[in-house]
Amino acid sequence: MSDPAQIIVEGVCHHYRPAVGREVLALENVSLRVREREFLALLGPSGCGKSTLLYLIGGFLPIETGKISVDGKPVAGPGPDRGVVFQSFALFPWKTVRKNVLYGLERQALPRDERETRAQAFIDLVGLTGFEESYPSQLSGGMKQRVALARTLAFDPRMLLMDEPFGALDAQTRSLMQSELLAIWEKTRKTVIFVTHDVHEAVYLAERVAVMTARPGRIKTIVDTGFNKDDPEVHRTRAFVDKVDELWNLVRDEAVKALEKRPP
Amino acid sequence: MTVAQPSKAPARNILIRYLPLLILALAWEAASRLHLVSSLALPPLTDVAQAWVELVQSGELVANGLSSLYRAGAGLALAIVGGGALGIFMAVSRPVNATLGPLVELFYPMPKSALIPVTVLWLGFGDGSKIVLIFLGCMLPVTIGAYNGAHGSDQHLIWSARSMGAHRLRMIWDVVLPSALPELFNGVRTALALSFILLVSSELIVARQGLGNLIGYLGANGSYEAMFAVVLTVAFIGFLADRVYQAAVARALRWRE
Repeated sequence: MSDPAQIIVEGVCHHYRPAVGREVLALENVSLRVREREFLALLGPSGCGKSTLLYLIGGFLPIETGKISVDGKPVAGPGPDRGVVFQSFALFPWKTVRKNVLYGLERQALPRDERETRAQAFIDLVGLTGFEESYPSQLSGGMKQRVALARTLAFDPRMLLMDEPFGALDAQTRSLMQSELLAIWEKTRKTVIFVTHDVHEAVYLAERVAVMTARPGRIKTIVDTGFNKDDPEVHRTRAFVDKVDELWNLVRDEAVKALEKRPP
Repeated sequence: MTVAQPSKAPARNILIRYLPLLILALAWEAASRLHLVSSLALPPLTDVAQAWVELVQSGELVANGLSSLYRAGAGLALAIVGGGALGIFMAVSRPVNATLGPLVELFYPMPKSALIPVTVLWLGFGDGSKIVLIFLGCMLPVTIGAYNGAHGSDQHLIWSARSMGAHRLRMIWDVVLPSALPELFNGVRTALALSFILLVSSELIVARQGLGNLIGYLGANGSYEAMFAVVLTVAFIGFLADRVYQAAVARALRWRE
């Protein structure tokens, strides 16, 4: 590929320091290049440090060893070029849907009318027309994640960092949200890093899947996926099923290792 | 925090709710009228009511009441702003917490009425000493509420705000402060009750006006009906302030389910 990498992670190590107990090596010598406008999934067993890697790219955690650069500049903190969607939705519970979506827009120098128009457009896009004045506590999990998605898309970040965004949703809602995310991605073509432990989700959504090892997390291998998402029967094709199998075996080895390493 | 709200079926429920109070009032009147207790120790409630009307007509109750409300209001406002800011900055800054945390812990359990002579020594008999007393006495419950609430702010909310372009102070105002509000409001409720205690006791001891001063003055002159009238007025203002406060909090926190 001649595309230059937009996000470059080089030799990153990170220690997790719990309030009590010994520090743990969470990431060991991780290197990764993410191309502009690509959809990359970070797949690994729980506790492998994939969220930590995402938070480092987001600029939320200090980089201890190694380098991370975004658009050629070293990461020195969070910024609106990298929009984040969390599993816990992270909506402001004291703000209505409309005010939540407006939040990122209010941090930019936009005229008031344009902010309102944009917010409404993204509320409509995720199908929440009519819920503008609801508070998050009045919404279902799926609706909350739609608000979170609308809020992040509204301020138009060039990259989306998604931390198991559909992990807290029921199976039907999750499947629906996956198709909607793909539709949005195909329209907007943002760079996406999508953390998940769901093999099927990774194969379906991503163009490339980076498989991580059990703790300490390293990039075990990167697998090309990139199926034709417009085919509604893609899940049933031989190639798709084989790819899920291949990745499932890679992840299962690591999950087993993670279990064996767990203190008794 | 659950607040028992008067239910929709109005008059009857209100009657049932305040029936014990009515019985108490009747028992008071009867005990005094039937000379079960000395009418000096407990003047009949109807006499107290009459004394209250006279106090209002003479303007004494209103003048002293306004003076007391000004002191309590100013002291409490300073305590809420100062205590809230202190608690929040202790929660977001390790150095601030390390410096001021031990001081807060040291002064929190101290009986605040011990400060009455101190503030008089500093500021004399007027409004200033009462306001500072209430400020100092009411600040720490607010500080501790704000600290606990702010400390429990959701990390992902903080990160979300930062990633949407909020700088640190902006994030504290937009995320940490609202996260702290429920517990901060609990601290303010404690402070509200404390402010009445400190106000009346300080006015009783050293003041030239105010409701506490009026109670002391009337008691010393043997006008017990009037003294009781002022005591009941203070109790009623305290009750009313708490109810109004609770209603305001319920409204401010209506985003929670």
